[in-house]
Amino acid sequence: MFITIEKVSKTYETRNGPIRALDTVDLAIRENEFVSIVGPSGCGKSTLMMLLSGLVPRSTGSITISGKRVEAPYTDIGIVFQQDVLLEWRSILQNVMIQAELRKLDRKKLEARARHLIELVGLKGFEGMYPHELSGGMRQRASICRALLHSPPLLLMDEPFGALDALTRDQLNIDLLRFWQESPTTVLFITHSVSEAVFLSDRVVIMSPRPGRIEEIVDIDLPRPRRIAMRETPRFLDYSRRIGRVFESIGILRED
Amino acid sequence: MKSLRRFEAPWALISGFAFFLAWQVAVEALQVPAYLLPTPTAIVLDMAKHWRLLSQHALITLWEIGLGFFVSIGIAMPLAVMFTYSRIFEKLFYPLIVGTQTIPKVAVAPLFLVWFGFGLTPKVIIVTLMTFFPIVINAVVGLKSLNLQAVYLAQSMGAGPWQVFWHFRLPNALPSIFAGLKVACVLAVIGAIVAEFVGADSGLGYLIVVAATDQNVTRQFAAIAYLSVIGILFFWAVGYLERLLLPWHASVRRDQEG
Repeated sequence: MFITIEKVSKTYETRNGPIRALDTVDLAIRENEFVSIVGPSGCGKSTLMMLLSGLVPRSTGSITISGKRVEAPYTDIGIVFQQDVLLEWRSILQNVMIQAELRKLDRKKLEARARHLIELVGLKGFEGMYPHELSGGMRQRASICRALLHSPPLLLMDEPFGALDALTRDQLNIDLLRFWQESPTTVLFITHSVSEAVFLSDRVVIMSPRPGRIEEIVDIDLPRPRRIAMRETPRFLDYSRRIGRVFESIGILRED
Repeated sequence: MKSLRRFEAPWALISGFAFFLAWQVAVEALQVPAYLLPTPTAIVLDMAKHWRLLSQHALITLWEIGLGFFVSIGIAMPLAVMFTYSRIFEKLFYPLIVGTQTIPKVAVAPLFLVWFGFGLTPKVIIVTLMTFFPIVINAVVGLKSLNLQAVYLAQSMGAGPWQVFWHFRLPNALPSIFAGLKVACVLAVIGAIVAEFVGADSGLGYLIVVAATDQNVTRQFAAIAYLSVIGILFFWAVGYLERLLLPWHASVRRDQEG
């Protein structure tokens, strides 16, 4: 297994006493697998990602990524947050290149790759512009380029398209899959959209609200490359319904 | 929108010219005596006639302001960094700094006279005291305003504390730091004049005090005119540096409505 998460939990100490954000989670992820985590807000899915990256220390359990135990920030990753976290004082190209600068990688070689990535996401011609000159969707594209610059073996995405309009979101879903197919990498994708999760993933992990627990894992056996039209097919809708029913059963979705 | 910018200076010139014209006309029409309020032309004439004297004293005041300002930055920035990184340091000294600011600087100025004499030192100290508070406060706000995700992002790239500071925290704080510097430049001029009022043998403040005892109102206005020019140039210089360093920031750019 590429990633092994065993009996991992997280308790935050707050002023009003401890809050258990994550309750004994076990999860294994294969190399180059695309795994999505869906769950309602506050179910600890972002926490799980932060624990996996080692940026936030876990309370119990163990996490290993390609044989190494995660104890400190694990840097062999690319991260995309819901906010693009672009540096306003850097041009788009410089924003992507910061990945190379901080890692002290070969700038010349990576600048060529940065330009290539920027072109792939449709930002050609915007390299010299500042983030404030771009729309939300374009900014997020740039932040994805930044996360991919050093070809990380693991890509962590925390609701990357959550703040975008539906059309932009669809386009970025398609683009992301194209990327992933061209240069496969392991992706952990956090979302609260069931259809987005089904559309993108090999497996969808369903989490229950606080304390976050894995409720069920659904294998998505849909052919790739995936097409937008697939979302209307019975099989796709079946998966969506199945996940919806899990949420119903744990009392997240309620009618009347 | 560059054309809009080009039209700004003439507007200020027009209103400024109108103000001085009204002043001139009013003083002449109402026959206000020169020992109460001289006309702008009389002031300009005095400035032209005594430009050497005025410039000489202006340079001294400018030197006090500049030196005090830089000493202030030199003290304020490291303090702000320490406040940002150390909770204990902040708890220990932040209240003290706020406390010292409640003391009017004019009240302590005579003390510095006793301790440091009539020279440059007490002036620089007072300018520093006047200016360093807004610089510290704004720098702390700026340095602390880096969001957590940016820190996480940096750490995921293997950045150490120094890199996070240099590439993320400091540039992110610059707009706020400049806001503090702009307030400080106005206060620096006030500080220098206050210090000179209390005791000096040179500088524009000294010149004003001497002119006041001679009941030379025109000279006082001439010195004030010099002072305002210094203040404006100083403010403009900081603003220019800001535009140069922060072309990306919303306070600087003019390309959008909101």
